[in-house]
Amino acid sequence: MQDFKPGSVHFNGVVKKYGAVTALTKLDLSIEPGKLVTLLGPSGCGKTTTLRLIAGLESATHGSIHIGGEDVTHLSATYRKVSMVFQSYALFPHMSVIENVAYGLTVKSIPKKEAHEKAEDGLKMVGLEGFGQRLPSELSGGQQQRVAVARAIVLEPDVLLLDEPLSNLDAKLRRHVREEIRQIQQNLGLTAVYVTHDQEEAMAVSDRIIVMRNAEIAQEGTPSDLYQRPNSSFIADFIGDANLIDCEVTSTKDKRSKIDVNGQELTVNNIAAVSGNAKLVLRPHQVILSNSGTAKGFKGNITYAAYLGNQIQYTIESDLGHLFATSITYDAPLSVGDNVKISFDTTQVSLVSD
Amino acid sequence: MKRTANLWLIIAIIGFCLLPWHVVEDGFWSFSWVTNIGYVESSSALILMLVYGKFWFWPTALAFAFVATCLATVSNPVTRAKMIASSALFGLVCTAFQGLVIVRDGPRFFTDILNFTSINEGQIGFGAGAMVTLVALLFILTTGVSAMGKGRGDAFVIGLIGLIIALVGVFVFFPVAHILIRAFENKDGTYSLIHFIPRLFSSDIWGLGCFAGGTCGPAINSVILATMTGAGTTTLGLAFALIFTRTQFFAKPLLRVLTVIPIITPPFVIGLALILLFGRTGAVTQLFADMFGIEKSRWIYGFSGVYLAQMLSFTPIAFLVLIGVVEGVSPSMEEASQTLDADRWQTFRYVSLPLMRPGLANAFLLGFIESLADFGNPLILGGNTNYLSTDIFFAIVGSVADPAKAAILAISLLMLTLGAFLVQRRWVGTKSYATVTGKADSGQHAALSPAVKAACYATALPWAIFTAIVYIMIFYGSLVKLWGYDNSFTFDHYLQAFSIDFSNGIRWTGSAWDSYFTTLTIATISAPLTAIVGLSTAYLLIRQNFAGKSAFEFSTMLSFAIPGTVIGVSYVMAFNFPPIELTGTSIILIIVFVFRNMPVGVRGGIAAMSQLDKSLDEASITCGANSFTTLRRVIAPLLGPAMIAALTYSFVRAVTSVSAVIFLVSARHNMATSFIVGRVEHGEFGIAIAYSAVLILTMLTIIILLQLAVGKRQLRRTDRVEQSA
Repeated sequence: MQDFKPGSVHFNGVVKKYGAVTALTKLDLSIEPGKLVTLLGPSGCGKTTTLRLIAGLESATHGSIHIGGEDVTHLSATYRKVSMVFQSYALFPHMSVIENVAYGLTVKSIPKKEAHEKAEDGLKMVGLEGFGQRLPSELSGGQQQRVAVARAIVLEPDVLLLDEPLSNLDAKLRRHVREEIRQIQQNLGLTAVYVTHDQEEAMAVSDRIIVMRNAEIAQEGTPSDLYQRPNSSFIADFIGDANLIDCEVTSTKDKRSKIDVNGQELTVNNIAAVSGNAKLVLRPHQVILSNSGTAKGFKGNITYAAYLGNQIQYTIESDLGHLFATSITYDAPLSVGDNVKISFDTTQVSLVSD
Repeated sequence: MKRTANLWLIIAIIGFCLLPWHVVEDGFWSFSWVTNIGYVESSSALILMLVYGKFWFWPTALAFAFVATCLATVSNPVTRAKMIASSALFGLVCTAFQGLVIVRDGPRFFTDILNFTSINEGQIGFGAGAMVTLVALLFILTTGVSAMGKGRGDAFVIGLIGLIIALVGVFVFFPVAHILIRAFENKDGTYSLIHFIPRLFSSDIWGLGCFAGGTCGPAINSVILATMTGAGTTTLGLAFALIFTRTQFFAKPLLRVLTVIPIITPPFVIGLALILLFGRTGAVTQLFADMFGIEKSRWIYGFSGVYLAQMLSFTPIAFLVLIGVVEGVSPSMEEASQTLDADRWQTFRYVSLPLMRPGLANAFLLGFIESLADFGNPLILGGNTNYLSTDIFFAIVGSVADPAKAAILAISLLMLTLGAFLVQRRWVGTKSYATVTGKADSGQHAALSPAVKAACYATALPWAIFTAIVYIMIFYGSLVKLWGYDNSFTFDHYLQAFSIDFSNGIRWTGSAWDSYFTTLTIATISAPLTAIVGLSTAYLLIRQNFAGKSAFEFSTMLSFAIPGTVIGVSYVMAFNFPPIELTGTSIILIIVFVFRNMPVGVRGGIAAMSQLDKSLDEASITCGANSFTTLRRVIAPLLGPAMIAALTYSFVRAVTSVSAVIFLVSARHNMATSFIVGRVEHGEFGIAIAYSAVLILTMLTIIILLQLAVGKRQLRRTDRVEQSA
């Protein structure tokens, strides 16, 4: 029997089909109370469907969903103790900010005065005191976003759902707002489920990340689990950029493997214990480039170089194939056409299955 | 769900045990049935069943018992829901079935088996008790279905779906089915398929004689007329639309007026005005007779007259449709064409026009359907040429009433309009190149080439002037004593129709007041109902997903393609005897307007609701509001303008409609349009025209008032913005 705590979310073999299209194939999932869990994945992977299933905006084709131990599979969204922050904010344009925030309270027949007091507290929490009488259209994007958060949290939900809440904000504001969201979540000890397709955002806010792909869970774990110990080339590429280099595992001992890369033998980490044909995960910052001639290593030729201020990005045609590398060395910037030698620290790189 | 089901069960039992099951003669609200205890007519179903031995009410009572038992004993919610739903369905089917089978003269079918005294006595139509019971059973059914986990368990949405399906079923499909049945009926009262086919395709209807110098059947006449009207209105409409959107024409606001006026004009008024101009004593006829000695003729009464009237009536509709089409062509495509060195004419010919093609086809089919369904103009100007819509009318009210012939003609007309409707939806509907997206397209539309511009002005402007003259004639004609014979100025017609006597309190002595007030009352009642039904349907179609949604959508739009005359005939056939007896009441008029005009509300609602972000509803629902609260507090306020538009339009259509109404009016409940048609038939043109003018002015006033109301609402919102800023 599963451990049902208030605020926990459990999916048991949940299948969701839209006609012939399968949006989720037999999903098992459990989310611990008080944690912020991110559903991450490319578009169409089923992450938003999962979120909407928790909210009750979609109904499961098969399987059961429990929230805080209660079977809510057939319960409509109205009666679930869950609230949601929408990608488009979905603020009611005909209501003032305070009416928006108090909406969920007033529909529960809480007296208007009390509802407005609570709503005012909610606005205070997101730093929008005194904005209550404005209309949503008079607020900036970031402010609207915070109103949407306030509207969701004043209901004191068991689970807070956030559907790509930052995608309509510009890059700088995004980092600021996500910190706020994370702080509010931790202060209130809320269980939160966060959907995004931005892996950096996911890494920044989450306790755990569930990466989804093709209607299934590809891997789940803490941000560092996923980055350092990807279980597939998809995860390796999706969580942080990676060059995936074809190689063959020749022998394995104590989670270290001898591999054959383009005719050279190297010894690298093999946590996932793959054998046979494999891929070597080489992060762009792990690529060490040196001027051709003196150093040992694989041969390459720079085909593209971009100066970004804090780093320089290179694209290299090499013995290892097409490589993407970043460098923070400015002393001797390489230019397009330069021949280089490529090397990396073999204790830092790992293998995934092909 | 248990509470909801209990509540509806109690209501059903009240309907069954306390209210009079059948129609009460003095009307339900007279409450005479309370005191008339002991009469069969005013008894509840329970009394009928126990005291009078009407055993066919037992299954309904049994259904209540089932539902109550399930509610009390079954604990598994899903099983309970299934059992309740099936019991309620059983009750519904049995109740409806007994009503359909046992009519006034006893059993309608199975006469041999059902040979009991109590059945042979027959029964009259459903009354308050039956209605309450059936509605309550329906909602027990939908509550059960929603608790089975269908439709995200939303009882309100499932209930709404069930209600609208039931309403459309009873008031659109049930009557139309009656026409079908009638059409299969032989002279001796038996039914057969063998006689149906030859009757349907007989040369009386489809004869092609006019191509050989004789006369054609009404179906062929109607099709020729409709094709010509469709082509003509599309051409003129395109010319107007191009002038309106692509030129610097100085009088654009006047063109805009041209699009509104026909909507508020009763359909036959154009016909009347044409008689004033081109009839035997018409102004133009006399002018030509005096100046050129051209003999006065009755050419206006016949094909050309009807064609002219329809062109005048429906060109504005094509114009309205084509404005959208012409504007829908993305300017950036025209700019792309011009940067590729095409001149204006080539751009128009090879880019813009092909992009408009689906829109043009759409406008053509719309004109085609409108022309087929048109009743007023052929009635007034038809002369000796026969058309389907008027022939149906004469088959019912003519000297020899022949309902079977009316049914056959109605089916022919229905086949034509439904065919055009299907072509429009399946072929044109899916092939739209309209490039209206949410993104602002910042390009500029290409100007028209001089030749195209000249052609547009040459066709559209004379037509606009002609239309204006026709409308002026309506007001001028109403102030002339006897058109063509005594052209002196008079207010007599208005006095005769609309005089008020103040001598002894206010007395509405004019002959038109009765029908005028009836019309306004019925339009006022039916308009909000139409808006509610239409917008709720739009809400279901846009916002909810359920099995059979496309069939649902199709059936709600279907009544748009059913011509008014067909609806009128079908209502007469279906609602003249039990279980639903409505003919002669004002209720049937309200119902016919609600279901005739519903598609307008649906379309308006769909257009408006598609622009509301779906996450607004979802936000409300995740905040803990149910669908009803969401509809009331979030969607309805945001749909304000669409609601006003639907209200206005259904009101106006209720006032101007004539085709369906003319079958359903009674001496007690006469409508303005049928009153006017009656005056025309008696040759009292003066009153008819004066009354038409009053109607047009009435509706113009109402539209302007509603517009002002909408305008004010927006102002208040801006005020609030400024206050808080």
